[in-house]
Amino acid sequence: MVKLEEEVVRRQRERAKITAWLLGAFVVLLFFITIAKTGINW
Amino acid sequence: MEITNPAALPADWRDIFALTKPRVMSLVVFTGLCGMLAAPQLLPLVLGFTAILCIALGAGACGALNQWYEVEVDAKMRRTAKRPLPAGRMDRQAALHFGVGLAFFSVLLMGLATNWLAAILLAASILFYVVIYTVWLKPRTPQNIVIGGAAGAFPPLIGWVAATGHISALPLLLFAIIFLWTPPHFWALSLFVRSDYAAAGIPMLPVVAGIQNTRRQIFLYSLPMAAAAVTPWALHLTGAIYGVAASGLSLGFLILAASVLANRATEPAQMGPEKRLFGYSVLYLFALFGALVADRFLAW
Repeated sequence: MVKLEEEVVRRQRERAKITAWLLGAFVVLLFFITIAKTGINW
Repeated sequence: MEITNPAALPADWRDIFALTKPRVMSLVVFTGLCGMLAAPQLLPLVLGFTAILCIALGAGACGALNQWYEVEVDAKMRRTAKRPLPAGRMDRQAALHFGVGLAFFSVLLMGLATNWLAAILLAASILFYVVIYTVWLKPRTPQNIVIGGAAGAFPPLIGWVAATGHISALPLLLFAIIFLWTPPHFWALSLFVRSDYAAAGIPMLPVVAGIQNTRRQIFLYSLPMAAAAVTPWALHLTGAIYGVAASGLSLGFLILAASVLANRATEPAQMGPEKRLFGYSVLYLFALFGALVADRFLAW
């Protein structure tokens, strides 16, 4: 049986990692949206 | 201390993902993408990607809010009892926060990345699905899926408006096709899982009006659906590729709907025609919208 504290920490770590990746992806997406909206061709 | 109540834990990311009903989302994303690609002007890649992402997130928000509201009903049905909320793997309040947050985020991002008409349509589709369908119609009337089907018909319209900024005849016809496709699609499913709906107290058509009446309604709705499917071609809004595909696919749909009408079985195990129609209806929508895009890029 997995201990409650261990499972809480494991899930919090997993979620923190996923949130960090999603936030990073969102920042990159916002950057490219801005570029596209200002009409700069790459 | 050992785990006795999983809902007291922070939700696992897999359960949060499952809350968005990923399988339903795939059809929504596909029809939204096809609506966007069928438009006369194409968005820059990143804006097109963002528009589809927003449609997907909006659909995810609908799934989460639907599961938040229907947790007691889901617990009574075999098909849905293992979802994160009825299975007790997730806190209900967390699902509500996730759904509302996702809904606001998707609408705001759509408005900022494309245009505010597309954002308003996305907001309307989310509100329609959650408030009109889930809360109001579904528990009250066997016509729930007829009117509620409009929520699932929005994605191609949103995709088109995201690309063009305005509404025209073709996206309205795409809306009509999905709107008329939804009742036969869901009623075919509800025929062979009707005991689930009856146990949960949801007034789906087979539960309220009987099996044969539902079969008749499936066939009757398939007729205007097939007519709507070929109308874009008849009005010269699409080319021959779409016309041939829509005619052939709709004929197949009508043949299967007729075999459902002819079936007299009452036990789910003998409902082969209903299961075939349900499977075909998913393929039908994918193929029809795929043909629309093929026609746009190969024939125009």
